[in-house]
Amino acid sequence: MAPQDTSTAVAQPGDLKPGLTGLTEDWSSDQRTFKNVPWGKAMMWIFLLSDTFIFSCFLISYMTVRMSTAVAWPPVSEVFSLSFGGEPIPLILIAIMTFILITSSGTMVLAVNYGYRKDRKKTALLLIITALFGASFVGMQAFEWTKLIVEEGVRPWGNPMGASQFGSAFFMITGFHGFHVSVGVLFLVLIARKVWRGDYDIEKKGFFTSRKGNYEIVETMGLYWHFVDLVWVFIFAFFYLW
Amino acid sequence: MAHAEGQQHPLSVYIKVWVLLFVLSTFSYMVDYMHLEGYLRWSLILLFMFLKAGFIIAVFMHIKWERWALSFAICTPPVVLLVFIGIMVIESDYTFLTRNLFFGTGS
Repeated sequence: MAPQDTSTAVAQPGDLKPGLTGLTEDWSSDQRTFKNVPWGKAMMWIFLLSDTFIFSCFLISYMTVRMSTAVAWPPVSEVFSLSFGGEPIPLILIAIMTFILITSSGTMVLAVNYGYRKDRKKTALLLIITALFGASFVGMQAFEWTKLIVEEGVRPWGNPMGASQFGSAFFMITGFHGFHVSVGVLFLVLIARKVWRGDYDIEKKGFFTSRKGNYEIVETMGLYWHFVDLVWVFIFAFFYLW
Repeated sequence: MAHAEGQQHPLSVYIKVWVLLFVLSTFSYMVDYMHLEGYLRWSLILLFMFLKAGFIIAVFMHIKWERWALSFAICTPPVVLLVFIGIMVIESDYTFLTRNLFFGTGS
């Protein structure tokens, strides 16, 4: 590579070998390890990796308290049931929340796709739809928390239905996840606004970073949003279905 | 070359995975709804969970199309969590045993 190459210029695709050879060559090469990956995306991945460990710590501590308690765990399927005038349907709200989050993941992936096609309006619209799904998810979670605290009397230190660790595990895990969704909604709206204004078409510099923005940011945002969905897959399986 | 511009793939791939995620979520909900118990319940829950997680990571998060340098850096560190889980399973079994001995509750 010529010395005047900036960090954004990488080796031509032809120079990069695929598979295991590519892995060893990328990791032993000069300058960048992650070839053809924008710095923002690499940083988002590293953040998500650290977040994986945080959520794992929550889920593993939940597993530990649940396996070690000598008192029966509250019947999760019944606690989270909801009745629409008739027989209570088990876990129905959680199922709806799961479907909402998957739907929002789908609209997000479409937003990323239209972003790379530089379809400004569709990208912004899809980002807003994703944010609305995210907001409705948080709303349902607020409803679920209210129901649990007010009607069922669940507290972080105890509850009338069984093992007292239920409350603390529930509030920590779903609370931390809900916080991630809320932050995601905020950033989705911010990025949708920038897309709508056309900031990424003219590569306008960011307010905080003073770096040129482009549609790769939509993909980086997408990684975060899919991660939130991914964490929910594990919470759904371990907390609600166990 | 798609990678120079970013991750561009045909929409049909996304739509297929999207539908598949809905189907898998319905299946995992049905596991609870049908009151399946024991090893069958657990193997199905874990199967659907890993399938869903795998499709989200591979397709939606584009790991399938990334260079191995990135995907290995992302996917290998969480493997150590298995050790952590193993340690905590042993620890909680021990705690459960001592609690039962001490309080004599049983369950």
